[in-house]
Amino acid sequence: MATTHASEEAHDHHHADHATVELNEPGWTDGKRYAWLLGLVVPVLPFLAWGLVEWTGIGVFWWLGPMVIFGLFPILDQIIGQDAENPPDRVMAWLEQDRYYRWCTYAYIPLQYGSFVLACWLWGSGDLGVVASIGLAVTVGCVSGIAINTAHELGHKRGKGERWLSRVALAQSGYGHFFIEHNRGHHVRVATPEDPASSRMGESFWAFWPRTVHGSLISAWELEATRLRRVGRRVLSHRNDVLTAWLMTVVLFAAAAIAFGPEILPYVLIQMVFGFSLLEVVNYLEHYGLLRDRRDDGRYVRTAPGHSWNSNNVVSNVFLYHLQRHSDHHAHPLRRFQALRHFDEAPQLPTGYAGMIVLAVLPPVWRRVMDHRVVEHYGGDVTRANILPRKREKVLRRHGRTTSAPSGAGD
Amino acid sequence: MAVYVCPECGYRYDEAAGDDREGFAPGTPFAQIPDTWTCPDCGVVDRPDFAPADG
Repeated sequence: MATTHASEEAHDHHHADHATVELNEPGWTDGKRYAWLLGLVVPVLPFLAWGLVEWTGIGVFWWLGPMVIFGLFPILDQIIGQDAENPPDRVMAWLEQDRYYRWCTYAYIPLQYGSFVLACWLWGSGDLGVVASIGLAVTVGCVSGIAINTAHELGHKRGKGERWLSRVALAQSGYGHFFIEHNRGHHVRVATPEDPASSRMGESFWAFWPRTVHGSLISAWELEATRLRRVGRRVLSHRNDVLTAWLMTVVLFAAAAIAFGPEILPYVLIQMVFGFSLLEVVNYLEHYGLLRDRRDDGRYVRTAPGHSWNSNNVVSNVFLYHLQRHSDHHAHPLRRFQALRHFDEAPQLPTGYAGMIVLAVLPPVWRRVMDHRVVEHYGGDVTRANILPRKREKVLRRHGRTTSAPSGAGD
Repeated sequence: MAVYVCPECGYRYDEAAGDDREGFAPGTPFAQIPDTWTCPDCGVVDRPDFAPADG
């Protein structure tokens, strides 16, 4: 009975995507409806940076991207605060089929590439010094990094068009393999030691970065190779989605170098590395220390709200399309951003993702803020956390355990 | 030939049709698909947790 009901529900959910059902706007208004348009401020930051430099003559504005993302947003998150409101169940189908929300995400992409072309033109003009050019590259990197968030929203959908747009958005950060690895790798293995993109307690961001960058790339390749071998096709072919996605990046960068000169390439690479590192620092904080239990048959329990860090800080949520309602996203990956819900039982971060990424690059501060939260989440039993193996004994000792044996005594 | 449905997202595996993209030829029985295979659309549900359609 329960199974049949669940599959019917899922089936409705699926069809809601095609808006085949007649749905009248219910008596409920979405408080964030027009706020989602603010997400489009990010891809125009390079234009604003250029304008501010021209207007004021102050070169520091080339660094507008990091000033806004790591400075202004964390402050605004603290000032504006939180919003835990969930759409009522009865409006969920209506909310998902409303195409307005999709256009908010699609619109990011032309603006993203508009600012990429602007930056290439500025780098190629020779008017900027090296420091200004690097500042602009970091600002553009903020755009290509947050574009991975846009690509993430689009890449989880069933439609071919949205999946294609997802790859287009990823081309600028050279992270085309993300939409394979994330959906088929990360989502399956999240909050387990097998997942390169789930960080472990005791692991600093700087130790996590090479592990996730390398591990995610290998994972994407293996997932795609396994699929192609099953289909009976060569791995090195035009059907390999990882290769075709990377090809988009090669074509994009080559076209930029031909149009604006090869001297822009170092800055193009800086924005690429900065962009995907911004994604990886967000990966770092989404599942830090969280671990799924194993069932009796050895498989991991299904991903639950307790396996992701969440936040209801409005500013970060608006600029990241509700990415911080991460538990609901992992439970229902196809759910569109506007319909993601807050869960009381999900672990909550002390501030929004924007502020947390600033803490994440400072390991002692991060440990001080986060480690006790992981332990509290597990009711004081640190042995239930996902701990970095080489730091295990140290972490256990610090949190009142002398051995890895399961609990009983202790704090 | 039976149809199996992902209880999370509604993805349907039809044994008669197989799934070309996933590399399962038409007529591949669901039981022959590895246990470690997860729903290609949502990635949440493993093969053993799929439900028979209309069952």
